[in-house]
Amino acid sequence: MESALAANQFLALSAILFVIGVAGVLTRRNVIVVMMSIELMLNAGNLVFITFSHYLNDMSGHVFVFMVMAVAAAEAAVGLAIALAMFKNRETVDVDEVNLMKG
Amino acid sequence: METLLFYLFATLSVAFGLMMIMARQAIYSAVCLIGVMFCLAGLFALLSAHLIAALQILVYAGAVMVLFVFVIMLLNLREKAGLRSVGDMATQLFFVVVLGVLFVPLIASYDAPSATKLAEGFGSTAGVGTLLYTDYILPFEIVSVLLLAALVGAVALAKTRMR
Repeated sequence: MESALAANQFLALSAILFVIGVAGVLTRRNVIVVMMSIELMLNAGNLVFITFSHYLNDMSGHVFVFMVMAVAAAEAAVGLAIALAMFKNRETVDVDEVNLMKG
Repeated sequence: METLLFYLFATLSVAFGLMMIMARQAIYSAVCLIGVMFCLAGLFALLSAHLIAALQILVYAGAVMVLFVFVIMLLNLREKAGLRSVGDMATQLFFVVVLGVLFVPLIASYDAPSATKLAEGFGSTAGVGTLLYTDYILPFEIVSVLLLAALVGAVALAKTRMR
């Protein structure tokens, strides 16, 4: 399929989505929303992989996205387990209130 | 047609992304993130990554987001999923805007390669699968171990009662 679109359009979209994810991580306090913002950033990265894969005609990017998806699923599972443990012990999911490791 | 679809998916994904970080309740954020995942799957299909587009819906919208929704329902938060205080948020938003203003044009102006004629079977299950089981067999096996470790870790973390 010959694409009429330029790679830069996809790259710009990916950059915008990544910045939205950063904004989510910085402004939200709910740990679950923070993790969803991280997922958004990972997806923006995936879009760059797929874009370059298409424009360089090299499928290695697809394999890399596959790996990123697996790592993101593992991260979500462990992260949500931590959120559950946090809620069980502290009755909160507010990232500002969990400051056990604060020096 | 492609351009139209691109702008449709792009606008929708940015709109869903913004709604995700601005929603008051975590469950609305989750629904908006599912919308972003579907839009990105459409974009992957536009870039002829058909297997990845299907996996995006199966793995992200299907599995990861169900996990998120489960945990949101399990926690059953009564308090509002709050934002930070106004002063903190102004500083953070300032940095985000600066990052956006610097970062997005930088990426967008990158001298990317233009489209070439794609190989036969580009992005198909057979193509990606062959690559996965020949050149990338070691990372593939390592990822399977990682998933097992995450599985055991998640069960152990969610089960134990720490003090």
